[in-house]
Amino acid sequence: MTDTPALAEGEPAPRETPLVATHRVLGARLIEFGGWLMPVQYRGILDEHRAVRERAGLFDLSHMGELFVEGPGAGDALAAALVSDPRRLEVGRAHYSMICQPDGGIVDDLIVYRLAAERFLVVANASNAGVVSDLLAERIVAFRAVLDDRSLATGLCAVQGPRSAAILAPLTDVDLAPLRNYAAVEGQVAGIPALVARTGYTGEDGFEVFVEWARTAELWAALMEGGRAVGMEPCGLGARDTLRLEAGMPLYGNELDRATNPYDAGLGRVVKLDKEGDFVGRSALERLAVAPPTRRLVGLTITGRGIARHGYPVVRDGRASGVVTSGTQSPTLGRPIAMAYVAPGDEEPGTILAVQVRDQHVDAVVTPLPFYRRPR
Amino acid sequence: MVPADLRYTKEHEWVRQDGDIATVGITQFAADELGDVVFVELPAVGATLQQHGTFGVVESVKAVSDLFAPVAGEVVEINGDLVAAPELVNMDPYGRGWMLRVRLSDPGQPAALLDAAAYESVTHG
Repeated sequence: MTDTPALAEGEPAPRETPLVATHRVLGARLIEFGGWLMPVQYRGILDEHRAVRERAGLFDLSHMGELFVEGPGAGDALAAALVSDPRRLEVGRAHYSMICQPDGGIVDDLIVYRLAAERFLVVANASNAGVVSDLLAERIVAFRAVLDDRSLATGLCAVQGPRSAAILAPLTDVDLAPLRNYAAVEGQVAGIPALVARTGYTGEDGFEVFVEWARTAELWAALMEGGRAVGMEPCGLGARDTLRLEAGMPLYGNELDRATNPYDAGLGRVVKLDKEGDFVGRSALERLAVAPPTRRLVGLTITGRGIARHGYPVVRDGRASGVVTSGTQSPTLGRPIAMAYVAPGDEEPGTILAVQVRDQHVDAVVTPLPFYRRPR
Repeated sequence: MVPADLRYTKEHEWVRQDGDIATVGITQFAADELGDVVFVELPAVGATLQQHGTFGVVESVKAVSDLFAPVAGEVVEINGDLVAAPELVNMDPYGRGWMLRVRLSDPGQPAALLDAAAYESVTHG
């Protein structure tokens, strides 16, 4: 068999989160991801995935970008820079958003938190954090708002899974019961000043805890200790990817990129064309909103023998239909699942397609997303 | 520690020779590197393998890796258990995780592969 390629020569050394030494002690396998040295797995992706579905998992997300926008014009500035309308957020709430190019292509997908009337936090993907920071700085110049890029000053740990509230509650002064999905509140966790958000990327209940960079290892240790009794596992990017795929959530670089607009990705609801004022991408997105789609993002369940992977062609009755954006063996469902862009007309659930896996066509059926919904 | 009675390749396949029949699999090192194996694709019985040619694919949750034939010959048996239980490759790579049996074109071929000590120096190198 072939070895997994190591870092390509000539690339700059990846950045390290405050937890790299901790990951090494835990036996993690570290890889370069989005310019960062990150754990891809500890004990194994399947064990970690199941821990999150059944109990809880702890993730180091300190590589994510944290961009604070503050000032009397902060809401207007973000409304002009992003496709959503953060002015509509109540204080303490968050929403999913995107930052687009003038042609409507997606630069990144984001979570925007309203921390105070005039203070917002924009969380960007690690690989795009620099670009988003630069674009935001440019786009808010005309507004009474300032950008404070605290990506390298902010650590982030996520506790995800059905037991996550039970793990976090004894460690924090935040009352978690009234904290709704996509809500956030400032408080203390393990004695560390923190922003506690009920958000995640796994399809489970869970929390993301933002702290000062220098105290991230302290936070991690307290959460690990708190999770011990319920069998929480440290989880890497491998499980994060299988969990989000089962939950039908897009990943930037797979489902989303600059050549893709929100309507292609089925995320048109995120674009607030009815909001007041101009925003970057508005005229292109107004056209795209009513234009016939050129492709559709769908879920696929592989019914034949083979695993669909990123980049594999999708065909229907021998003619090209599209391409797989993400695919894996679903640990929860026990069968291969995928997301793919397919030709308009091929997106109806139940449609029989095929994925070209090496030299074979493997049957697949269009399946509504998400593949997995947590029991409530 | 790798089994002393097997022969190995730098690509982390192992060979157990019994006369003109060779059993082939991947090493514990390879299985650990891959992580949880979730799919194994093997050739049909009767297929002819060229030494160093690809004979199949092993997939973990995240990665797809080609399998390279350590020896030349005709496939006489494949491990059908791996269809339903690919995790056998992780659990018992030198036993129940075997992949195929080959009738050797040249029964002298396995002896020319790495012995256990030489293979261990590859994985520790």
